Amino acid sequence: MNIVNFTPITALSGGLLIGLSVALFFIFNGRMIGISGIASNFLISKDNRIENFLFLFGLILGPLIYNQITGREINISISSSLILLIIGGVLVGFGTKLSSGCTSGHGISGISRFSLRSIIATVTFMIVGILTVLITGIV
Amino acid sequence: MNKIVSLLCGIVFGIGLVISEMINPEKVLGFLNIFRDWDPSLAFVMIGALVVSTPVFHLFKNKKKPLFSSNFLIPSNKEVDKKLIIGSVFFGAGWGLIGLCPGPAITSLALLNMNSALFVTSMFAGFYICLKVN
Repeated sequence: MNIVNFTPITALSGGLLIGLSVALFFIFNGRMIGISGIASNFLISKDNRIENFLFLFGLILGPLIYNQITGREINISISSSLILLIIGGVLVGFGTKLSSGCTSGHGISGISRFSLRSIIATVTFMIVGILTVLITGIV
Repeated sequence: MNKIVSLLCGIVFGIGLVISEMINPEKVLGFLNIFRDWDPSLAFVMIGALVVSTPVFHLFKNKKKPLFSSNFLIPSNKEVDKKLIIGSVFFGAGWGLIGLCPGPAITSLALLNMNSALFVTSMFAGFYICLKVN
């Protein structure tokens, strides 16, 4: 194993902002953020629909505001084929709905609560993610 | 007021995903690539987030109510069941395949990237399929 592209300072700073968002949402609105939950509830439930929409809209505004303030371009690279994007998207949607959480809901909010369910979910999706990258790197 | 908080928290979360580079699938796949060239950065994203959210949760969870809402809504399900495990396996497979999870995927729509739009549409289809089969 080699360590590459390691950016601990930006990772930690971004993480602190994510934690701040989770903390403020809990103090003011009383809910622990889980983005798969917010997104799927926005799709299927009338409860808190406006709040859920505004949160998701805020997520999309985030990069635009960052770009306005810093003047920095945001570059991402998605190199997967269209069919893999569809398969991956369906797996992520189906899986997070079935297990009631994703990287934010289980990985951050759930672990903050010391929830055993969330710790088990996080360990599981991390291991499967690592194995998937290992396998796709070989084939 | 809780609508303004929702919008602001979304913005702060989105900027956090940009600064930490979790919005970039390459960075995420680098984190999951522990057996070859490993980029440990995303562990620091989680540590940064947990350092703030954990103490705040435990300080405020026993308060009577949140500031702008009538009651706290904290998940009560404690059961480790098949759905939790199977769902996490599916999610991990999709995450490892593309390098996008729900937050970064939705946030990346800001960049008008057609690949992330296709991924998000498929993800919403996944939510819907899960709802229909359960």
